[in-house]
Amino acid sequence: MSVALPDTPFSGHATSRVPDAEGRFGEFGRRFVPETLMHALEELTVEYAKAKADPSFQKQLDGLLHTFVGRPNPLYFAERLTHECGGAQIYFKREDLNHTGAHKINNTIGQTLLTLRMGKKRVIAETGAGQHGVATATACARFGLPCVVYMGEEDIRRQKLNVFIMRTMGAEVRPVTSGSRTLRDAINEAMRDWMASVEDTHYILGSVVGPHPFPMIVRDFQSVIGKEARAQCLEATGRLPDEVVACVGGGSNSAGMFYPFVDDTTVELTGVEAGGRGPKAGDHASTLTFGNKGILHGTYSYVLQDEDGQTADVHSISAGLDYPGVGPEHAYWKDTGRVRYVNIGDMRALHTVEHVARTEGILPALESSHAIAYALERAKQRKPSDIIVVCLSGRGDKDVNEVARLTGQEL
Amino acid sequence: MAFMPFIAAGDPDLPTTARLLKELAASGADLIEVGFPYSDPIADGPVIQASYTRALAKHVKLKEIFVTITSVSREIQSPLVGMVSYAIIFRHGIDAFVQEAKAAGFAGLIVPDLPGDEASGFAALMAKHELDLIQLVAPTTPPDRAAKILKHATGFVYCIAVAGTTGVRKELAPQLAEMLKSLRTQTALPLAVGFGISAPDQIHHLKGKADGVIVGSAIVKLLENLASDPSKTDAVLRDIGSFAKTLADAAHT
Repeated sequence: MSVALPDTPFSGHATSRVPDAEGRFGEFGRRFVPETLMHALEELTVEYAKAKADPSFQKQLDGLLHTFVGRPNPLYFAERLTHECGGAQIYFKREDLNHTGAHKINNTIGQTLLTLRMGKKRVIAETGAGQHGVATATACARFGLPCVVYMGEEDIRRQKLNVFIMRTMGAEVRPVTSGSRTLRDAINEAMRDWMASVEDTHYILGSVVGPHPFPMIVRDFQSVIGKEARAQCLEATGRLPDEVVACVGGGSNSAGMFYPFVDDTTVELTGVEAGGRGPKAGDHASTLTFGNKGILHGTYSYVLQDEDGQTADVHSISAGLDYPGVGPEHAYWKDTGRVRYVNIGDMRALHTVEHVARTEGILPALESSHAIAYALERAKQRKPSDIIVVCLSGRGDKDVNEVARLTGQEL
Repeated sequence: MAFMPFIAAGDPDLPTTARLLKELAASGADLIEVGFPYSDPIADGPVIQASYTRALAKHVKLKEIFVTITSVSREIQSPLVGMVSYAIIFRHGIDAFVQEAKAAGFAGLIVPDLPGDEASGFAALMAKHELDLIQLVAPTTPPDRAAKILKHATGFVYCIAVAGTTGVRKELAPQLAEMLKSLRTQTALPLAVGFGISAPDQIHHLKGKADGVIVGSAIVKLLENLASDPSKTDAVLRDIGSFAKTLADAAHT
C-alpha cells in the first residue's frame, strides 16, 4: 500500500489572526444554528473573550493542566523508528501521557472553568469513541458539576470500557438511537438538549467544529500542544521542525498542534485523514480529501454529503476519526494551502499500532497511528538532518479489543 | 387566526404527500409548511426527525419534491412554504434553489438554521424572486436581537413557543405572551406561533395574542402508522383531515 505523497513544494499563506468577530476563518466557519441557540453563542463569545484576557483564569487553567493533567508532557525522540526509516528524525508529542490518555482533556478542563465562570450548573457533551466523554466526565467530577454525555448506541457497544469509566466518574451516558447511532447523531442530540436547557447548561463540544465560537475556543485550549512542542523542539534541537504531522477527524488535536506553527512559514504542516477501506463514498472519512464545501452542525466547512446535501455515511477503523465534517479552520488551511491533507487507510493504521509498540514501547491510539504511519513514510523521503514532529494524540488501550479482533487474536 | 399545518415531503412517499397537501387545504389550512427531509435536523424533535428519516430511507430526492410541489401548488389555494435546512440549499446552489422553489410555486421559505445575522444576502435573493423569507424569533432572543432579525423578515414572523426542539408539549412557556406583546410593538407582520402546539385549547389560549398557529409533530405523528402498513393510507389521510379540521375550526372561530 502506498501513501499519497505530495509532489508540489509547500506554498501557503494563512494567518493565525482568525477567526474574525463573526467567526470567519477566511470564508469558512460562522453560525448556522437555530435562533434558540444564538443568544447562548453570543454570550459564550463574550465570556470567553473576558476569560482569555483574565490572568487569573489563565493561571487557574495552567495550574490544573500541570497538576491534574500532567503537563507539560514530553517531546520524545523516536530513536529506533528514526533509525529504521533511515531519513528524518522523528519526534512524538506525547499527548497519550495526559490524564485520561488523550489530548481531549486540555479542552474539557478549559471549558469546565468557563462553565463555572458563566455560572451554569450543568454540562452536556457528545462523544464518539468515548475519549471526549471521559475527559468531560473527568473534568466535571473534579468540579462537582452534573454531566450528561450523549453517545451513539453503536459506539456504546464498541466502547464499553469508556462508558464504564464515564459512569464511574458520575456522568450519565445517554444512548442515541437516531440516524447512524454514532458521533454525528450524538452531536445532533446534544444540540437538541442544549436548545431546551441553554439557560442553565453549557455544552462542552469536543472538537474544533460547530458554530462560532466553538472552533476558536477548542483550538485555543488545544494550542497548548503546539506551543509546548514548538518550545521543546527548539530546546532539544536548537531549531524548529521541518514538518509537523497530526491526524484529522473533526480536527482538534491537529488544530492545537498546527496553530502555533501557522506563522512559522518554514514549517510544513500535514494533516492525516482516515482513508478507511478506500476512496469509494461511504468507505472513508477523508472529508478534506474527498468532500465539498457545505454546512454541518452549525458551521460552514468541508463536508461529506450527497448531491442533495444529505450527510454521507463514513467509515474508519478509528472511532475518533469517523466524522463526516471537519473544523472550519482546517478548511481555511486547506484552501490557503497552509496545511496539506493526506489520508492513510485502515490496514496501515492498524499495522502501525503494533509496529510502534514493538519498536518504541509505546501503544498509540488508532487515530494517532494514522499520523505516525504517514510520518514514517515521509521520513524515508527526507534528509537525516530534517525533523518531523508527530502528535501522538492518545494511547491505544481503548483500542485493544478492536485491534485484537481485526488481527485475529484473542484477548 | 390562521392555521398552518406542517408535514414532511416524502413520508411515506411523494404521491401520498400530494394527497395529504390537498387534504389539509380542504380541511381549512390557511398555509402549509412543507419540510424538506434532512439527515441532521438539529431543531427538530423525535417525531419530525423520524418522519424525515422515513422519507430519506426511501431516497426522496430534492428534484422529485419540486416536481410534486409544482403540480400540487396549482391545485390548491393554500400557499406553500418550504421548511429547509441551509445545508440543503447551499449544496444545491443558492440561486438555483431559490429559482426552483419559486418555479415550483412556493410562496416562501423558512430556513431554521440560517439565523437573522447570516440571512442578509439570502434575504435579498429571496426578495428578488418575490419569495418570503420567514424569520424565527425564540424565547431566548433578546429584544435588540429581535429588532435585527425583523429587519430581514417578510411574510410572517415565526415565534418559537418554547426553548427546545419541535414536538408536542402540554404547556407553553409563560413568557410567550410577553414575547408576542413585545414583538407586536416591533413589527407589523403577522405573528405565528409554533413548536409544541397540538390541541384546540392551546389555540384558543393564543387568541388575541397571535395571528397564526403552526402545528407539526401532532400531525406528522399520525403518519407513523403508514410506515408499517401502507394499506391504511385512505384511513390515515381521513384522520389527519378531520384532526386538521378541528384545529382549523379552533383557529378560525
